[in-house]
Amino acid sequence: MARIHSIDKDLNRFKQIVRGKVKEDLKKYITKGEMIGRKGKDKISIPIPQIEIPKFRFGQQEQNGVGQGDGEVGDPVGEGQEQEGQGGQGEAGNKPGEHELEVDLTLEELAEIMGEELQLPNIEPKGTDKIRYTVDKYRGIRRVGPESLRHFKRTYKEALRRQISLGGYNPDKPCIIPVREDKRYRSWKTIPEPQYNAVIIYIMDVSGSMGDEQKEMVRIESFWIDTWLTSQYKGIESRYIIHDATAREVDRETFFKTKESGGTVISTAYEEALEILGKDYPLEDWNIYIFQFSDGDNWSADDTEKCIDILQGQLLPMANLFGYGQVRSFFGSGQYIGDLQKNLNEVENLVLSEIPDKEAIYGSIRDFLGKGK
Amino acid sequence: MLTPSLEKLRAEIEGYARDYGLDFFPTIFEMIDYKMISEIAAYGGFPTRYPHWRFGMEFDGLNKGFIYGGSRIYEMVINNDPCYAYLLTSNPEFDQKTVIAHVFAHCDFFKNNMWFAATNRKMMDEMANHSARIRRYIDKYGIDVVEDFLDVALSLENLIDPYEAVTMPKKVNQQTEEEKEEESKQTKNNENNAGQKKDVPKLKVEKKYMERYINPDEFVDKQKEKVEVEKKIEEERFPPKPVRDVLSFLIEHAPLKNWQRDVLSIVQEEAYYMAPQWMTKILNEGWATYWHSKIMTQKAMTDSELIGYAEHHSGVVATGGGGLNPYKIGLELLRDIENRWDKGRFGREYDECDSMYDKHNWDKKLGLGREKIFEIRKHYNDITFIDEFLTAEFCDEHKLFTFGYNKPRNRWEIMSKEFEDIKQQLLSNLTNAGNPFIYVVEANYMNRGELMLQHKFEGVELRMDHAKATLGNLQKVWDRPVNLLTVAGEKPVILRYDGNHWSQQELAISKEDQEAIDENNKADQRP
Repeated sequence: MARIHSIDKDLNRFKQIVRGKVKEDLKKYITKGEMIGRKGKDKISIPIPQIEIPKFRFGQQEQNGVGQGDGEVGDPVGEGQEQEGQGGQGEAGNKPGEHELEVDLTLEELAEIMGEELQLPNIEPKGTDKIRYTVDKYRGIRRVGPESLRHFKRTYKEALRRQISLGGYNPDKPCIIPVREDKRYRSWKTIPEPQYNAVIIYIMDVSGSMGDEQKEMVRIESFWIDTWLTSQYKGIESRYIIHDATAREVDRETFFKTKESGGTVISTAYEEALEILGKDYPLEDWNIYIFQFSDGDNWSADDTEKCIDILQGQLLPMANLFGYGQVRSFFGSGQYIGDLQKNLNEVENLVLSEIPDKEAIYGSIRDFLGKGK
Repeated sequence: MLTPSLEKLRAEIEGYARDYGLDFFPTIFEMIDYKMISEIAAYGGFPTRYPHWRFGMEFDGLNKGFIYGGSRIYEMVINNDPCYAYLLTSNPEFDQKTVIAHVFAHCDFFKNNMWFAATNRKMMDEMANHSARIRRYIDKYGIDVVEDFLDVALSLENLIDPYEAVTMPKKVNQQTEEEKEEESKQTKNNENNAGQKKDVPKLKVEKKYMERYINPDEFVDKQKEKVEVEKKIEEERFPPKPVRDVLSFLIEHAPLKNWQRDVLSIVQEEAYYMAPQWMTKILNEGWATYWHSKIMTQKAMTDSELIGYAEHHSGVVATGGGGLNPYKIGLELLRDIENRWDKGRFGREYDECDSMYDKHNWDKKLGLGREKIFEIRKHYNDITFIDEFLTAEFCDEHKLFTFGYNKPRNRWEIMSKEFEDIKQQLLSNLTNAGNPFIYVVEANYMNRGELMLQHKFEGVELRMDHAKATLGNLQKVWDRPVNLLTVAGEKPVILRYDGNHWSQQELAISKEDQEAIDENNKADQRP
């Protein structure tokens, strides 16, 4: 019988179509962040409606059926009964019923789709001459070395060549014995590879005016920012700062769970950020990203002035990108974004974005990441 | 290729199978591992198929089901001469024995059941041929063009008449011009003869002398008139009678390019080939399970294998959450029939017997059971099988019920445990392999060359999003606008697609008809 047919092409074609669907519906997925399930470190799974070939067929809910088992009239039965006579093709036994398709994507693939759909330019990392790490590549051959690195083929070839030229080779009874001069060994070269690193600092206002819904939007948006930046940089670190009237660094969990209540003094967060950056992330080696989310209600105009000073003098010069996303809440005045707009109008690496609701997340991501910084 | 020990097993099991009277083409077993089995299954068991993403999708789903869900494909058998079957390398020996026995029974079914008599027994080669043709078109016209058309063609693949598949699979392309002319001459002759023989429909009359009272002359005259008018309409209408084999109709009459016509006929041929399998799933699986069980328990199994076998077998016939397992139902019904025919529990005398006690103890020791089930495997399909042999006692014993969707409560529920309801529901689900009846009724609708299809409504509406998309595909084939007469939201409508816009138009219903519909609906609602 003919050998087994390779299914890779058809599978890839299917995956392509799935990716097309995900791209099509990307906006929906970005808005409804919870649809995405995390599968281990690098994978996510997205439920997508079954990609089917349309046919004239009965509506599911219309179709009654026959079942087997205990129960009385009126008792509930399991979902999606296996209907007789329906089904795809093939003679496989125990076919699963109709189910929603869950597709696994790696974060990288997701980032690719994102990039394509949102038309995000690839990031040009800040040039750095500093070599971060080295890599050994086994590409060369040399005549001496440890036995564990011997190169069989080359050795054999050398021996063969020698024997033929000396006349000691008998094609009817080939017997190749290498001598020391014939021996060849693999050797390596140490190649320095520049490594671009990025650090993301997330700042969130957790004063009383930031509710669960607002926090949820921030969570969704930060997921997508993470995904994109991770695909653009080999090494990436994230740090989290929460603040109300004071600021402190926390871990990711706490970042999204905290519910402080109190006034809002944004400058404290900036100062905390400066401290972290100064301590751990020397400017020459790191690409720095800062994303701040708030409802725009700072304590006082004085403090806002202080903030603008810090931004202008220190944070903005060192950052590839500073993104400020303002969510809307009942109590916030929303003043801050206007202040930033007024005073830091022409600054290229500052992006301001308003996020009134979940629908706006999509546009906000595009705003932040669309600059290619 | 089988390992020597498996080859020995195979020969042993084949011996038992043939001793029992099973008759099958030479069977080739292939060993594959779990990674390959999903691949093969995705292709329906054929190693060479045309390239299409549907196979990738099938594979993706099967793979996951197999690895995560414990969904185990036990075997795969191909209707072919020689018969091909696949065995999983990872299965233990008792599993392999059971599967081999199961396979032989399937092969016997394919060979002997009349619904398969006209299938192409060289489908292995034919599939490869199809694949080659389609790849040629891909090379010539590009993968996107061909894939798009395949998507369209596959959308229409269930629009066949399964009975056509059984009588004579059409090979429209291969007819020469002369053959085509001969055929149309012949059809015309047949139609003329039929017209002459057509009887004037009269009201049924028990006794001849009553006729004068029941069918007075003027009534008969009126009827004659009606027939004339109908005949005239038929002659003008194209097609003269509704055509169930929509695919054939399209292949013959749609404005397709030659390669498209070929692709469509490939899809049709493969659909024809598969059709009998959908029509006999219960019987076929029941037959195979019956025999693997018989051969294993009576002949082939060693004591140490008992537990493993029991586990495998119970896995095969398990019922989950109220679903109907075709393996189980087929098996139990066959056993029931064997039992009844052994004991003589059939026929007029038995049916008319009033005493429960007598019925319960009825045993005429006829021993006709084995013979009967062989006969059944030869002549029946799922519908005739259920129709003739499902009994109230069987439904009771096996706790069958009908279920349906309770809209107000938003869940699926058991609807009835009455025999009549169960039988009716089962037959209804099996009809036309679960597909709606769709006919071509007009190819020159509105005198504008529009296509008119009719969904013969029998109580269940179509899935609208799919119906629209399929109409869209039909239009790509027909080129002119296409229409579908169906029922939506409990009202008769005509769906239309002209290449740019979809429209839906309600039909006016006469007052009497509306009253009748309302009456019907009231009767359907249960307290």
